[in-house]
Amino acid sequence: MNARIPILKLGDTLIVSIQWELDDQTALQFQEDLLAKMHETATRGVVIDLTSIDLIDSFIAKVLGDVISMTGLMGAKVVITGIQPAVAITLIELGIRLGNVLTALDLENGLDKLRKELEV
Amino acid sequence: MEHRSSVDIYTEWDIVAARQLGRNEAKKSGFGTVDQARITTAISELARNIYLYAEEGKIEITNVIEDGLIGIRIIATDSGPGIPDVRRVMEDGFSTSGGLGAGIPGVKRLMDEFKIETELGVGTLVTAIKWLR
Repeated sequence: MNARIPILKLGDTLIVSIQWELDDQTALQFQEDLLAKMHETATRGVVIDLTSIDLIDSFIAKVLGDVISMTGLMGAKVVITGIQPAVAITLIELGIRLGNVLTALDLENGLDKLRKELEV
Repeated sequence: MEHRSSVDIYTEWDIVAARQLGRNEAKKSGFGTVDQARITTAISELARNIYLYAEEGKIEITNVIEDGLIGIRIIATDSGPGIPDVRRVMEDGFSTSGGLGAGIPGVKRLMDEFKIETELGVGTLVTAIKWLR
């Protein structure tokens, strides 16, 4: 169960693909691991891919939102990619607005978007 | 014809178990992916509330057939402290735990029927139903 989410480095970007349903501990561990890795590798951008995720409840949404704010504090940009239709619908119905978050349909578009953001 | 299953909520892991049970039951009843996500998310919110505020309780999932309609009923019960002001927990953004305060009003929006009964010092009972369309 308690496996860590792998964080891959590609140039000055970190890529995270969350492949299984998140429990609370894994989500919090991910928060710490990502920030530590950013610090270690002087990251400018992060792409978090949620293609395989079929549930985001308010707790996981809060952790994700916090990760995005924390990443911003450390001077990097985050793009969230691959949010499933069912997840988008339930998030909005839950009343959760991930405002000001960069998103893209998939990893490829996400990396493009991040590159453009970092050029500006 | 009612089929009932339940998960006792004591730890964070039980939240995961409850939503997995919910997803399986929703799938078996023929709900599509969006409704599966709604039902599973609602269970996750209710189970987390038990874990956070009551420490222990139970999530019960029943397949219901009523007037020719097929549905899934979630019952969340605990013998925790109860909720002093139910109207406030129904408001978006109200939380005493540093959360988003989306849980209870969110569950009401995700499901078709919703009822909350609570008594201070006795516990809380939430019933929510999603109908198959």
